[in-house]
Amino acid sequence: MAKQYETVIGLEVHVELATKTKIFCGCSTAFGGAPNTHTCPVCTGMPGSLPVLNKQVVEYAVAVGLATNCDITQYCKFDRKNYFYPDNPQNYQISQLYLPICRNGHVDIETENGSKSVGIHEIHMEEDAGKLIHDDWEDCSLVDYNRSGVPLIEIVSEPDMRSAEEVIAYLEKLRMIVQYLGASDCKLNEGSMRADVNLSVREVGAKEFGTRTEMKNLNSFRSITRAIEGERERQIDLLESGKQVIQETRRWDDAKESSYAMRSKEDAQDYRYFPDPDLVPVYISDEWIEDIRNNQPEFREAKMARYKEEFDIPEYDIGIITDSKHMADIFEETTAICKQPKKVSNWLMGETLRLLKEKSMDPEDIVFSPENLAKLIALVDSKAINTNVAKEVFEVMFEKDVDPEAYVEEKGLKTVNDEGALRKTIEEVIAANPQSVEDYRNGKDKAIGFLVGQTMKAMKGKADPGMVNQILKELL
Amino acid sequence: MRIISDETIEYVGILAKLELSDEEKEHAKKDMGSMLDYIDKLNELDTTGIEPMSHVFKVQNVFREDVVTNGDESEKTLKNAPGEKDNMFMVPKTFD
Amino acid sequence: MDILSYTAVGLAAAIKEGKTTAVEAMQAVLQKIEETEKTINAYVTIDKEAALQKAAEVQKRIEAGELTGPLAGVPVAIKDNMCTEGVLTTCSSKILENFIPTFSAEAVLNLEKAGAVMIGKTNMDEFAMGSTTETSAFGVTRNPWNTEHVPGGSSGGSAAAVAASECFFALGSDTGGSIRQPASFCGVVGLKPTYGTVSRYGLIAYGSSLDQIGPLTKDVTDCATVMEIIASHDKKDSTSVERKDTDFTSALVEDVKGMKIGIPRDYFGEGLDTEVKEAVLAAARALEEKGAIVEEFDLSLVEYAIPTYYTIAAAEASSNLERFDGIKYGYRTPEYEGLHNMYKKTRSEGFGAEVKRRIMLGSFVLSSGYYDAYYLKALRVKAMIRKAFDEAFAKYDIILGPVAPTTAPKLGESLSDPLKMYLGDIYTISVNLAGLPGISVPCGKDSKGLPIGLQMIADSFEEKKLIRAAYTFERGRA
Repeated sequence: MAKQYETVIGLEVHVELATKTKIFCGCSTAFGGAPNTHTCPVCTGMPGSLPVLNKQVVEYAVAVGLATNCDITQYCKFDRKNYFYPDNPQNYQISQLYLPICRNGHVDIETENGSKSVGIHEIHMEEDAGKLIHDDWEDCSLVDYNRSGVPLIEIVSEPDMRSAEEVIAYLEKLRMIVQYLGASDCKLNEGSMRADVNLSVREVGAKEFGTRTEMKNLNSFRSITRAIEGERERQIDLLESGKQVIQETRRWDDAKESSYAMRSKEDAQDYRYFPDPDLVPVYISDEWIEDIRNNQPEFREAKMARYKEEFDIPEYDIGIITDSKHMADIFEETTAICKQPKKVSNWLMGETLRLLKEKSMDPEDIVFSPENLAKLIALVDSKAINTNVAKEVFEVMFEKDVDPEAYVEEKGLKTVNDEGALRKTIEEVIAANPQSVEDYRNGKDKAIGFLVGQTMKAMKGKADPGMVNQILKELL
Repeated sequence: MRIISDETIEYVGILAKLELSDEEKEHAKKDMGSMLDYIDKLNELDTTGIEPMSHVFKVQNVFREDVVTNGDESEKTLKNAPGEKDNMFMVPKTFD
Repeated sequence: MDILSYTAVGLAAAIKEGKTTAVEAMQAVLQKIEETEKTINAYVTIDKEAALQKAAEVQKRIEAGELTGPLAGVPVAIKDNMCTEGVLTTCSSKILENFIPTFSAEAVLNLEKAGAVMIGKTNMDEFAMGSTTETSAFGVTRNPWNTEHVPGGSSGGSAAAVAASECFFALGSDTGGSIRQPASFCGVVGLKPTYGTVSRYGLIAYGSSLDQIGPLTKDVTDCATVMEIIASHDKKDSTSVERKDTDFTSALVEDVKGMKIGIPRDYFGEGLDTEVKEAVLAAARALEEKGAIVEEFDLSLVEYAIPTYYTIAAAEASSNLERFDGIKYGYRTPEYEGLHNMYKKTRSEGFGAEVKRRIMLGSFVLSSGYYDAYYLKALRVKAMIRKAFDEAFAKYDIILGPVAPTTAPKLGESLSDPLKMYLGDIYTISVNLAGLPGISVPCGKDSKGLPIGLQMIADSFEEKKLIRAAYTFERGRA
């Protein structure tokens, strides 16, 4: 019988922090600027420039550390990691090796096989590299340092995961925690969250780990899953054919759905780490840690439990709403204004999710404000507009957060509550549709629906359907 | 005197991105050998229990506030570039 | 009075009194440079037009009463490892042969604000690595006292410029003695401040934990005055120290009564030139006569300073100099095949032999398997050296000794044996390791007529003690 293998996986997750400025200079971290417009002597490695640490980076790193049950290294330092590459302007990256800011944490994950704790070896702070663009026309590469110096934390797990499913659950969990903290938007496709997969295989029951490889360039859950499956097979094939796994870094090619070794004889992988003499140690006092702890948000589990207590909405809805901190915030703030959790939930679960899906957006991208959603609900409640009009208005709000009251006013979308005018329109509709009137009188109840529709059309949608129904029946 | 091997000089050359001529290599082997011999003098000292001192003074927690202070300095950034295209630094192809 | 014989402070006073102008002073200096620079070669870059124009602007502001400081209108020379906006800054290296910084070093800005006018950029050992200014890619600088001899280094251009009256004062930088030793060889005053006192922002780093900018001047009064202006707490330099006691000129007092001066026996042993020894001990006696209490003591660990220093400085340098890669600025080799070949050729052609030597050593001591044995070991010994000084300063206000074992050697004598050259740094290097201030003051000449320097070292942040003792000594000689 064939040997049974176990996959052993550890992750190195890079998260771009949501600071306004870079880790060591006052340049903006905003996305999408023209090349090199967010640069200065510090983040382009100009001779004579010196780094000064952004305090917010430390606060975010500690916050993530506390939320992942880490010990905070109260006296931590930055080290230089030396390697030559054009995206790294100093040819050293400022990172942390010897005294990373957080150590010995864990997060709990849920999979089909039950719950499990994944250890976190460490979290350290470091600077991101610039962007390389390959110019085939000139047969050269071009460097843009706008991303150079953007703050990152690297979360290094223990080799505690055994399947792609566990890896995805772990990543989802990390993403949830970091997003709840507001420390990053954690978008894999935009690179604000990046995962490198360390994977080895061993025979079931073996005590020693096998030789591992590191897989880079994974930018979706799907590619992570495929890469894990592919690498597991590749390693098992090697072992089965009597060969050995080589410890190496491999790059995943998403188009080809395969990986290849990134090897170069110019690449000694000897980073000569040493403490950066240009930066002074960071001392994080007990008071500072307590301050950050006291400012931690309510995380998802606690929120879900509280929602169950406080709001009469389905558990399924609670799950969806709390899946995004931003969505949960909108829910709570809107509810606080309008006191109608169920209606707020309906708007989020219905139209909001529909539009997000249609436009392939994340809940984090929602722009409408709780104030405006509350106003919209109030407009419907007061019958100032009907549900169909409300949906129309909501679509506009979803696009650009307009004030629904002003919008309804401006576009003249208010329901016509003048019974005389309505009666007149209905009389006209009855006169114009004798066939439908006859059908209705002959017992075809459905025909009334057509007449309501015709009336709404004549009123340009601005009538209360209930009232239309009532008057129609009366006149017929 | 300590012998520095060709491999060591070759390896350090890769780390430091320096390409030495054969003559320079011989010099480098000799110089590095005698310097390391000299540095070995430090082993005469018992440093057990002594913390490595990277900073002389106990200055700590020097921070910036998270406020944008720099505008578009791309012109300055690129002013000294040996190769430039489309507001970016031009470098030899980095891939394949 | 000949303009060139003014001290910096004397010149500023004369300009203020209307006896001369900033423009006349600049013209006089440029004239002098015209005469002597061919032999001395103290400068890498001089922009006469810009210097004269700037002098004229400053003169107007002095007349308008906007500039009233003690250095307003005074021509100054800046070592070529400090960034100067719009002015070529080379570190005397081919790899920066065309580098024009887009900002100025904080120390340079402080001088500009005070109305000092830059003449140009002075020659140095390439990237400040050397003790003779012979490793410059732009030719050697010669000692104005005897042009067959070196001016010392690495701030040799700055020291020679002051000694040859090619400027009224200069800025240098000191990583292992690079201000004090050339000051000693050229017979001028040089001070290396406490680490963190002068901002390193804009100083092109050699050994970041050791580098400090400081003045090279004609006398102690100028030294204290320049220090008062360049010392500043700079938020752009994380290692900059906030000090309230930078009124250095208040220490220009002729009084050392009761001051405790320790003379380390270890500084007067084998290798020290007899004439240097006699001159330094005579200086100690002179201070004793003025009321100081002088005694000998054992400093310990002196012989370990050089290996500690070269390990740490080379390691930091190997990393600091990685940014010179032909991509963002400076020299790029004209022909190459691919990225790594471009890196290697650019750096091999761009750096000189001494720089390569230290980069190789530094890369090695940080490499896998050697970090603990070499680099961490050196950081531990550094802690021990600092402790030895702490113990000494518990007993003494000042440590007094020579700056260098000999007077200025002849050109070409030092480079053949690097290790021997490094040994010449023995008295200056531990001051940088321990972050202390040290001053070099002229204390005589040897039989060849070459200047001898007296070194005084104080505890961290105690520059005022140095200035007081140096001022007292200087007055006693006048």
